[in-house]
Amino acid sequence: MKILANLRIAIAALAFLITTHVAATEPRAAADALSGDSIYRLDLALVDQDGRGLVLREWRGGPVLIAMFYTSCPYMCPLIVESIKRTEHALDDNARARLHVVLVTFDSARDTPLVLKTAAEKRHIDLTRWTLARAEPAGVRRLAAVLDVQYRALPDGGFNHSGVMTLLDADGGIVARTDKLGEVDPEFLAAVQKATATAH
Amino acid sequence: MNDAIVLSTLRKTIVMKSLLSMAFAAAACAAPADAAEYASLPGGVFASVLPADANSADVKVAAFRLRREPVTNAEFLAFVRAHADWRRDRTASVFAEPRYLAHWAAADALGADAKPDQPVTQVSWFAAQAFCASEGARLPSWSEWEFAAAADTTRTDARSDPAWRAAILNWYAKPSTQPLANTGGIANLYGVRNLHGLVWEWVDDFNALLVASDSRDQNDPDRLRFCGAGALNLRDRDNYAVLMRIAMLSSLKAANTTTNLGFRCAKDGAGEGR
Repeated sequence: MKILANLRIAIAALAFLITTHVAATEPRAAADALSGDSIYRLDLALVDQDGRGLVLREWRGGPVLIAMFYTSCPYMCPLIVESIKRTEHALDDNARARLHVVLVTFDSARDTPLVLKTAAEKRHIDLTRWTLARAEPAGVRRLAAVLDVQYRALPDGGFNHSGVMTLLDADGGIVARTDKLGEVDPEFLAAVQKATATAH
Repeated sequence: MNDAIVLSTLRKTIVMKSLLSMAFAAAACAAPADAAEYASLPGGVFASVLPADANSADVKVAAFRLRREPVTNAEFLAFVRAHADWRRDRTASVFAEPRYLAHWAAADALGADAKPDQPVTQVSWFAAQAFCASEGARLPSWSEWEFAAAADTTRTDARSDPAWRAAILNWYAKPSTQPLANTGGIANLYGVRNLHGLVWEWVDDFNALLVASDSRDQNDPDRLRFCGAGALNLRDRDNYAVLMRIAMLSSLKAANTTTNLGFRCAKDGAGEGR
């Protein structure tokens, strides 16, 4: 009986291994082994501040801090940019060098690459580590959906939106997010420090 | 939380009427029309419950087409068979939570708990979007949906009619454990059915409605959370029938699914038919 019981356990274990293996190798092979919760599965075409076409998974391989904003935003967006800067200034040089920052605009109509570039210069953004990008409106809506960001176009061309910073791991999995802006959110900073502590 | 108290009182007082009107609706059910048929809606300037901005400007809705009925299980099954990426066993969790189509008998079969002519439910926003894209359509915006749903059988905007509101609140009061009815039934003025009384429906900009507990007050000081005009001012606060729907949609994440949340698709322009 004991042998039988052991056999059962072995079979169960084998079945488990097979199941997990099947689950891990799901189709959508184009996403080459991205986990199911990776936002890099989103097929999103972006254009950066230099007019270059990019895809979201461009930044696969290292930690990414991603947020949404728009350049003519009077109040909240400067605060988002400032909050990201404060967070990265709290990192040591090596960690900061490993973190890429991506800002995607809500304002597909007005935030052209040139407008994005001008805004970056005005805010002294280091474009070797940061990317400002635009997408078509449907893409913006989808990105906001995976980042759980709420936004709404206003008749004057502006947007109502929630202010959120999201930290992605090397494969686009969401590691941390915060809507605490202004002061550095200690929990979020800890997550960024952890993600940038080792080379990926 | 006065709203909740008022609502629950309302619910209690109207339960009996609800049963009556449901029986009437069931008796008056017409055979569903061609499944993917779209009705043309003229659009116009519309007093949305969600004003376009803090000054309660009206919303401009362009002419659009809207599916006459919600997407059914049978239609969604055909979609899943043609687009295997959207089988429940293949869809990435970032696009649909594990409950996605969980009431189906199998990834490619409906079974006893999902009748062909029932509206499909337990679908995420991403899945609904993909379905609509597959028939050259998109999800309606909230404004479009609200515009269509404001009509009754004879009026373009029945929202101020207490009977219109009561009928919807009656439906909300109905336990969601009962099996869903089939699509079909009485069409509104535009020829659109089941906007109320069957399932909740995704809209494209579900994450634009911004009704958080903090944003219900007219003079919301909580400007840190939202850019631009700050939190929205809700117009027509007495319209619980519409506000509850907004609150429900706002609480969702795009990968979420629920047992009574389905969708229908929309297209631009005023063209006829498909």
